[in-house]
Amino acid sequence: MRIGVITFPGTLDDRDAARAVNVGGAEAVALWHADADLKSVDAVILPGGFSYGDYLRCGAISRFAPVMKLVIEAAGKGMPVLGICNGFQVLCESHLLPGALTRNSDLHFLCRDQEIEITNNTTAWTSSFIKGEKIVIPLKNGEGSFQCDDQTLAKLEGEGRVIARYVGENPNGSRNLIAGITNERGNVVGLMPHPEHAIDTLTGPSAQGLGFFTSIVNAMVK
Amino acid sequence: MAIIVVDVMLKPEILDPQGNAVGSALPRLGFTFAQSVRQGKRFEIEVEGEPTPAQLAEVEKAAEVLLSNPVIENYVVRVEK
Repeated sequence: MRIGVITFPGTLDDRDAARAVNVGGAEAVALWHADADLKSVDAVILPGGFSYGDYLRCGAISRFAPVMKLVIEAAGKGMPVLGICNGFQVLCESHLLPGALTRNSDLHFLCRDQEIEITNNTTAWTSSFIKGEKIVIPLKNGEGSFQCDDQTLAKLEGEGRVIARYVGENPNGSRNLIAGITNERGNVVGLMPHPEHAIDTLTGPSAQGLGFFTSIVNAMVK
Repeated sequence: MAIIVVDVMLKPEILDPQGNAVGSALPRLGFTFAQSVRQGKRFEIEVEGEPTPAQLAEVEKAAEVLLSNPVIENYVVRVEK
């Protein structure tokens, strides 16, 4: 199976994401923001970084990149899409996911190993985990505070669409400790912390991030 | 030539840590007037001649689609003389 990894100008984590895809058992396919072709991929990852310099708002300009038109169409037809960090911001700006990511409540850029709890293991990207499983992966962002109105929050919680929560102290002011969410269909997932940096204990705090990349392989094989 | 101004502010219910930081810096400098501070963005768009209603409608659309994120922000469009 082929998983596209999109590079926007200013993307940082595309190489780690591609490596994680390969280690997870799929073939990573490089996609460029200006591509008008998804190269027959089965799923897409929007990696972390500072696409378009975070100008205007994080992810606001990337949303209008030519490749995103195709991603939005394909996501609507059920193609699995994972947005990590800046990718999550792009998915929210694209309205593929509800809410928005705003400035961390203490204004600091955070870079640390963060414990999160997987609270929904039924999505295409989280099926390798056990519900309630706690994993440690890096969290590194300045605008990671998940915000939405009360009605949206109640809907997300009521439908079990929060896929991961921060464990312990709230690192960034996210509502209900939300670290990741999914859409109604469960094919689009946004996640603030970085599983692609935690696939090997040589360089990461754990290898527990790999579960996101084996999940998608399992989901596609089924 | 006229300037169309678009002011974008976070919605009142959205936490504004930058505004809060400015609000707490003011009294440290002896400025004691502020009860609270909210920080926003201002766009100045230059157009040829007097803006037409059609142009203003286009700017409204751009403010909705690009200049603001309606999930967390409100905007106001006006013409600066």
